[in-house]
Amino acid sequence: MTRVGVVTFPGTLDDRDAARAVRLAGGEPVALWHADADLHEVDAVVLPGGFSYGDYLRAGAISRFAPVMGEVVEAAGRGLPVLGICNGFQVLTEAHLLPGSMVKNDHLRFLCAETELVVENAATAWTQDFRAGERITIPLKNQDGQYVADEATLDRLEGEGQVVFRYAGDNPNGSRRAIAGIANARGNVVGLMPHPEHAVEEGFGPDGPKGPRRGTDGLRFFTSVLHALVG
Amino acid sequence: MGRVVVDVMPKPEILDPQGKAVAGALPRLGFGEFVSVRQGKRFELEVAGPVTPEVLAAAARAAEQVLSNPVIEDVVRVADLDAVGDAVPAEVAR
Repeated sequence: MTRVGVVTFPGTLDDRDAARAVRLAGGEPVALWHADADLHEVDAVVLPGGFSYGDYLRAGAISRFAPVMGEVVEAAGRGLPVLGICNGFQVLTEAHLLPGSMVKNDHLRFLCAETELVVENAATAWTQDFRAGERITIPLKNQDGQYVADEATLDRLEGEGQVVFRYAGDNPNGSRRAIAGIANARGNVVGLMPHPEHAVEEGFGPDGPKGPRRGTDGLRFFTSVLHALVG
Repeated sequence: MGRVVVDVMPKPEILDPQGKAVAGALPRLGFGEFVSVRQGKRFELEVAGPVTPEVLAAAARAAEQVLSNPVIEDVVRVADLDAVGDAVPAEVAR
């Protein structure tokens, strides 16, 4: 069975939800510890959401130096699929695996809402079970969710197809060009602010086409990587 | 024992919500003369010995690599705290 590692830092909140999402998708979740410089031969890694190290210094800034992150950076360079969700996305930018950074939402408030996203790139390791242009509903919950990068970086991301998700409709946090998630050039490293692991099981997800709380669009992030690894 | 002070500010083009919130509060408290506020971070790095040029250079590297994120912040000062002596005199502080 495909093994997907889920990293726990001090202050991580959604590691168990992420592990559950991996299991529901048909993979075997493997708990990875921040202080352990060992990926235990996993086939992919998820950096889950939360407030690692209390967001001290900057969100994700301290986690970047955790022993496990040295292994993640090296493995990502070899092509290991890595997904950063919310705080995990912030860790990926601080670790220079993805460009840009996140600052406070432009309205200054914490926001928790179901968010409609457009899948811009359905060719990455984490999005191949989607169709390009498809609209999906994923919960968003953060205060530092405004994606920023300089214009040259934004143009390059757009030009190279590295914008993976964009907010459909209203921009919920002032992110540059309504970017919700991006990938590295190779497409194995993906980061996004919304939380796919909270939309994986009917009855516990956002509203979906089948009815209230029945949205499971997040599950396809995890089936995507399982299919990418088998394929 | 020496101390190096490192000041980090949000880049001018990056929204500074904390500064904006402070700017909004000041007039309500009677401080109408301040038209804008930017809020940054100050670090004080202590060393066992004196602040040498090597120590300052190391502090500058730490400021670029760890204390700031160049995407959103600028390092605006790296200095020997004793040399700059920027503590506010007591008579001014009152």
